[in-house]
Amino acid sequence: MTLEGYPILTFAVYFSFASLTVSLFAGLYRLLTGPSLPDRMVVMDLIASLVIGLILTYIMQTGQTVYLNVAVVIALLVFMGNIAFAKYLKRRIEK
Amino acid sequence: MMEWIVSILLIAGALFMLVAAIGVIKLSDVYMRMHAITKAASLGAILMLAAVLLWHPQWIVGIEALMVVIFVIFTAPIGTHMIARVAHRMKVPKGDGYIMDELQDELDRQQKEGEETL
Repeated sequence: MTLEGYPILTFAVYFSFASLTVSLFAGLYRLLTGPSLPDRMVVMDLIASLVIGLILTYIMQTGQTVYLNVAVVIALLVFMGNIAFAKYLKRRIEK
Repeated sequence: MMEWIVSILLIAGALFMLVAAIGVIKLSDVYMRMHAITKAASLGAILMLAAVLLWHPQWIVGIEALMVVIFVIFTAPIGTHMIARVAHRMKVPKGDGYIMDELQDELDRQQKEGEETL
């Protein structure tokens, strides 16, 4: 089901794209200027949430619900990445 | 009618994510930024998943949306907890306005009494 014939939903989808893009640039700013390493890890968490939001908005735009699989995979991978980063940093501190 | 509900859910989710991003820029240290990101971005993702599920009412969409919600709700606090602990251990400087630090108190007590720290 595409967006033709639904003007309000079309506006909502484009507003959502614009808002998520602005959020991505804000996260990029903090990723580049973050004072410490945990700042950057936290921002990677935010960016993953934003990418999940972009995928969901794209599903609303095209009607292809297959892309929900991508959202599931990203939600899992981010958790694994966080745990791995925390373990690695903890080991580096203890040395 | 359904179009209105789905549109409002989608815009609300996007706005919550925007609030999380503004919090990342405005707040002043790691712990406050974690506070902004974990809650606002999770709620935004859940609202947008609700919009997708209402617009495509199929079983497979419901199951996958439920999986994403469960992963986000259960894994975001665990990961953030581990990052916060590592940040505290790395002695990342704190901003202004803190009135208590219970982990530091506990570490000081353990060091004073000679226990082994975790």
